[in-house]
Amino acid sequence: MGEILQQLVNGISLGAIYALIALGYTMIYGVLRFINFAHGDVFMVGSFVAYYTATAVSKFFPVGSVPAAIIIFLVSMVFCAVLGATIEFLAYRPLRIRPKLTVLITAIGVSLFLEYLSQLLFGATPRGFPEIISNAPFYKSKLVTINTVQTVVIITSLSLMLVLRLVVMKTKIGTAMRAVSFNQQAASLMGINISSVITFTFMIGSALAAAGGVLYGAQYPSIDPLMGIMPGLKAFVAAVLGGIGNIPGAAIGGFIIGTVETFIAGTFLSTYRDAIVFAILIGILIFKPSGIMGKYEAEKV
Amino acid sequence: MKPQFTFLLVFAALAALSFTMGAVDPYYLTVIIFIGINITMATSLNLINGFTGQFSLGHAGFMGVGAYIAAIISTYLTTHGMSSDGVSGILVLAASLLGGGLFAALTGLAVGIPSLRLKGDYLAIVTLGFNEIIRVIIQNVDFKIAGTHYVGGARGFAVPQLSTFLWVYGIALVVVYFVENVIHSTYGRGFLAVRDDEVAAEAMGINSTRFKVKAFVIGAFFAGIGGGLFAHYIQYITPDNFTFLKSIEIVVMVILGGMGSTYGVILAAIILTILPEALREFSDYRMIIYSLLLIILMISRPQGLFGNASIKKFLAKWKTGTATN
Repeated sequence: MGEILQQLVNGISLGAIYALIALGYTMIYGVLRFINFAHGDVFMVGSFVAYYTATAVSKFFPVGSVPAAIIIFLVSMVFCAVLGATIEFLAYRPLRIRPKLTVLITAIGVSLFLEYLSQLLFGATPRGFPEIISNAPFYKSKLVTINTVQTVVIITSLSLMLVLRLVVMKTKIGTAMRAVSFNQQAASLMGINISSVITFTFMIGSALAAAGGVLYGAQYPSIDPLMGIMPGLKAFVAAVLGGIGNIPGAAIGGFIIGTVETFIAGTFLSTYRDAIVFAILIGILIFKPSGIMGKYEAEKV
Repeated sequence: MKPQFTFLLVFAALAALSFTMGAVDPYYLTVIIFIGINITMATSLNLINGFTGQFSLGHAGFMGVGAYIAAIISTYLTTHGMSSDGVSGILVLAASLLGGGLFAALTGLAVGIPSLRLKGDYLAIVTLGFNEIIRVIIQNVDFKIAGTHYVGGARGFAVPQLSTFLWVYGIALVVVYFVENVIHSTYGRGFLAVRDDEVAAEAMGINSTRFKVKAFVIGAFFAGIGGGLFAHYIQYITPDNFTFLKSIEIVVMVILGGMGSTYGVILAAIILTILPEALREFSDYRMIIYSLLLIILMISRPQGLFGNASIKKFLAKWKTGTATN
């Protein structure tokens, strides 16, 4: 019983990070109808920015203190927001009216570019991530131990999701985002600046991925330039599971995938866990491509 | 000239060339062999991605299946009394390549039937997923027959060296000949029709799913053979040889050459095999150059360097003198 509970806690804190990355996939899919392959690498860049910021900040605040953590989060999120907007501007914007496949190939190119540029800049060897959030137990009982970092991961992700929800539902730009994802042409006829909405979406999505990257580094303290590939793909599976284009769906999908993966890792199938996540993806795409919360869209000729 | 003649002529030239290979520096020979294998891989992927328009990111998975099955067969045969020299060696390699190719084709069928219902980026991700599933399975398999390790999980699998220049290029030639002839046959127009407009093709009575699955199975078959050749040349294979990054490498060849141009793809396979070797001192920049190449190509020339161009069209133009304008 205790073990199951413990795995559940571990799973939810991993799932929270997947959920943050999945939100970016789903939002970008919502406005542009394409899978941003490079999203997992923005997550990786977020981790590395946090790594360097932590070193710089440690001169003013002790590593592990609250102000240091807040500064690290902000710097990383802002950096990645700018990075996301830049990628969109340079690589995807010239292709907006081209076939989807062209954009997909470009996204693969951007992904490889970020990975290997980081490898050139930071080196290929994994680095230890500083303990920006304490690893000590926060709550401990006979059954289950919850670390401070796990608590912070879960609370931070949930509050970021809440903020996102408010932005999307209550603000003007959020309404514009929903309009663009509903019908781009009609939205542009209503005077919405499509380009700025897309840029904004990329910024928000990338900032969330960066937050995920910082939390991931804090929770699993080893980062390297290729670390974004697997979490990125799994978060994509989460987005599809929740129904791509659907924001609450992505969050739910993230938690499900994180929990399932953690439970599998605890069994004799642990070496197969990556394969099982992909098997889930294939299962969903074949049996219920619209995901848990997505809407079915009929293909028009 | 009839294609059969061209085929025989090129084959004879390759056979003659193969005698000179003993004098070639082993390093250059390795590069030459890899070019041949990459031509097989890229041409077979071109049938799926280029001619049928189904964007697959899992070609290395089929290559891996072929490599491992072929290696199992040849290791079994050579440890059970068959010599790896002379005629017996040829038989061993032929049997293992065929076995690897057929098994890869079966895998292609199993992967293709469910995933080809999907389109575009979803198909790409699902094939990538299958690629990773295949790799993870290989990583977890290890068994022993009569004291010899087979597959070897993540550690790797030692394979006898059997692939030669003539094998590699002979098979590359067969693949190119096959793909070119299928595509230009009446039947093969179906592949192009599915790519150009699936709905219209269906309306003309073409069973598009069937064509897609066929392209997938044929592509996987040749990829499996390519994998077998690869395994029997480098003599030591690990699951890491067949990650989706390898798939992307092959995809880049197809895209650079121009999806749907066999000769463009061959040229791209040659360039992209030599380039990293020539740029060995700049190996840190290799993948950066690759990725920038992809992005810039997609923005400025999405049809690839050669687009739909073929040698025949070029020759026809050249004869009538229109190529000059």
